[in-house]
Amino acid sequence: MKTTELPRWASGFVLPVLNLLSALLVAALVIHLLGESPVESLQILVNSAVINPEGLSYTLFYASTFVFTGLAVSIAMKAGLFNIGAEGQMYLGGLGLTLAMLAFDATLSPWLLIPLAIVASAVFGAAWAFLPGYLQAKRGSHVVVTTIMFNFIAAGLMNFIIVKYMIPEGDQNPASRTFTDAAAIPLLSNWLPFFGESTPLNLAFILALVALVVYWVAVSRSSWGYRLQATGLNAHAAHYAGVRISRTIIIAMLISGALAGLAAVNSILGSTHYLSLNFPAGAGFIGIAIALMGRQHPVGILLSSILFGALIQGGFDLSLEKPNIPQETFIFIQGLIILFCGAMENMYAPAVLKLINATRSNNGASKG
Amino acid sequence: MQPAVEFRNVSKAFGPVQANADVSFSIAKGSIHGVIGENGAGKSTLMSILYGYYHADSGQLVINGKEQQIRSSQEAIGLGIGMVHQHFMLVENMTVLDNVMLGAEGAFKLSKKRRETEVKLREICARYHLDVDPLAVISDLSVGAQQRVEILKQIYRSAEILILDEPTAVLTTQEIASLFDILRLFKEQGKTIILITHKLGEIMDITDQVTVMRAGRLAGAVATVDTSKEQLANMMVGRPIEGNLPRKPYAPGAPVLQVENLQLKDANGVQLLGDIALSVRAGEIVAIAGVSGNGQSELMHILSGMRLPTSGTVSLEGKPLPFAGRSNADGLPAELRDMGIGHVPEDRLRDGVIKDFSVMQNTVFGYQERVTKGLGLFDFDAIAKRCAHLLEAFDVRPKDPNVRIGLLSGGNQQKVVIAREVSGSPKLLLVGQPTRGVDIGTIESIHTQLLRLRDEGVAILLVSTELEEVRALADRIIVMSGGRITGELPIDEFDTTRIGLLMGGMHKS
Repeated sequence: MKTTELPRWASGFVLPVLNLLSALLVAALVIHLLGESPVESLQILVNSAVINPEGLSYTLFYASTFVFTGLAVSIAMKAGLFNIGAEGQMYLGGLGLTLAMLAFDATLSPWLLIPLAIVASAVFGAAWAFLPGYLQAKRGSHVVVTTIMFNFIAAGLMNFIIVKYMIPEGDQNPASRTFTDAAAIPLLSNWLPFFGESTPLNLAFILALVALVVYWVAVSRSSWGYRLQATGLNAHAAHYAGVRISRTIIIAMLISGALAGLAAVNSILGSTHYLSLNFPAGAGFIGIAIALMGRQHPVGILLSSILFGALIQGGFDLSLEKPNIPQETFIFIQGLIILFCGAMENMYAPAVLKLINATRSNNGASKG
Repeated sequence: MQPAVEFRNVSKAFGPVQANADVSFSIAKGSIHGVIGENGAGKSTLMSILYGYYHADSGQLVINGKEQQIRSSQEAIGLGIGMVHQHFMLVENMTVLDNVMLGAEGAFKLSKKRRETEVKLREICARYHLDVDPLAVISDLSVGAQQRVEILKQIYRSAEILILDEPTAVLTTQEIASLFDILRLFKEQGKTIILITHKLGEIMDITDQVTVMRAGRLAGAVATVDTSKEQLANMMVGRPIEGNLPRKPYAPGAPVLQVENLQLKDANGVQLLGDIALSVRAGEIVAIAGVSGNGQSELMHILSGMRLPTSGTVSLEGKPLPFAGRSNADGLPAELRDMGIGHVPEDRLRDGVIKDFSVMQNTVFGYQERVTKGLGLFDFDAIAKRCAHLLEAFDVRPKDPNVRIGLLSGGNQQKVVIAREVSGSPKLLLVGQPTRGVDIGTIESIHTQLLRLRDEGVAILLVSTELEEVRALADRIIVMSGGRITGELPIDEFDTTRIGLLMGGMHKS
């Protein structure tokens, strides 16, 4: 039988892989033009990001943050909302977490302190996403516009708070004080010595895996996720089915913001132990790429997060070893991936479809 | 004198649907020519061919004695053909002047042209009594005035042949009278008017000639003075009706749905529904007949909870529907579904299904809370069983629960929707246009299912613009026109002439 659309394995796996390969091919071309060998560069990149255990643990450390921002963008996308504001929501999540730490890290036991800080990061992230969600649901202000504006507001607000209130006396560095040891969350290297001594891979990675599973159950296995997806795909029909559209939109944005806020746990609690200026460093925007490339599917989100983590880790080492390749190359490759996986998502779809149909008719002919 | 427009054997098909078949007639210069017909009779397609939106598959168009190939609306405008659409094509936040100039700005510098145009517009307005201020902003104007702007636009572009598509659908009685005065003035000045409408009263009032379309073909062409409303109604809807499906004798039970004094106004205060009162009893099918756009959709939306009425009461088995104290209808359809109202929406793809969901996912649409097993998690075994049962019982093809519903034919999509709504064991089933866009083979099976439900004691309220369907299903017929009920008759008094008159807004006298 001739199909007019791609089977799920093709649209969910073959297309992203083809798109990724295309992006890497263009990247290789540019590296070649920079006067370096693409093959050698790829070897360095893979070696540093995946094969070397310590490098791998850094890759997974970066990925932990990206899983959260990727989930944040994905869940909003499922409701038909393009949340560009994960960056700002993560930034505010970091504020919530830090406030909890600064207030209680001298008094509470870690068993209370750390959950409290995690909850605070989620609450602050959600709060920052509430207004864009509310405005979208009740006033029709487009969430793309409002979340972009909220990123700017977040940057200004955090600049003000950190510089004005958080820099310890006598310090020049625009950052809060370092938290006490009570704030340290367990490193995975404590249990898995394979990763080496000095890696920041921590409990947040496990939290990220849990979040992926919870996301999968909520979106794909529950009536809530069904309503969410119905709203995103056809709001008229969702209304017909009795879904409360504005409530669904607001809740989706709250959860999206909470997930973005949780991304701060890995960056701050897992590594720096203080709040610094612009600590998200673009992780919220990478979340957009991850949601697009992973097609809002938990497995896709995990794999894309690891890919982006590997690109950061490997790209860093690559720029150290190859002076011709600047560190910004990673941002360039990231842009290529977004271009191929987002904007040109279905470029190969007609060709793949043709191929599938041709193979099927051949098989059919040989059987018949 | 040669005619202004002549259609010669014009045919046009969209896929398997023959929208126009071998249509030939001519429109005299300087006359007001009515084109009437039911929905889907092909009048809009024919006018779109004249205005260059569509290209006829075969046949010729002769404009002012010369055969023309009209490939775009630009070319139609060039030939002096102007069209006033039912839905206005105006930029709301621009002035009348700017709307008229849009697309005919002329030069890079606007100000000079603008001054000239303003003078010319005032001149046209004075000559044709159009009463429009060129500097007013469109959004500040009433619907009637907006329509005059559309007409003004066509005159400014020197249209000699003016097509008006259902121009009175949105107007008040007074506005209609003043529109007709304007049209008569046009006629005196030698312009040709083509009036597309389904209102027989208007046809009799203003036209010189009438062309009646039915099922894509010419059903008649007469001079208005030689005909009557009754004759036109017969030509418009009269067709042989045959093949009665089996049904139990009419023995309705207690009233299930009762609607009293229902009113609906839109945001501009225009009355969409007025004084609607009706009841549907258990085990009967009440059909609402009427040309689409006469309030049937709004009524169904209110009864299914998708829209709030402005005032009035609706009750289901004596219990009032929870309209009071709400500011919007968010979530209301779910409450009404729980009370026992099923709804097969008339716009299936917009409201009834989610194209990107699988057939199985669509079989629980609206009933998603009833197939969970605690914590809001789906009971997938139960859903699969339920789906398999529904696909079997309603003979949906293919019987693949995992295929995207968007890939099914319209008829099979509709079967899924009906199956789903029936599976909720409703007391009242609202059915809008159940066979629109449905392949002929499926129509009978859908009708059979609806009659079976009736025999089982479900109260069914059907909206249909197809009189044949009304005839095949209804126990009682209610006719709506202009947002009001214009008449009611039992099925054994079925009379196309009378229904046609009622559909055209003529009250029972």
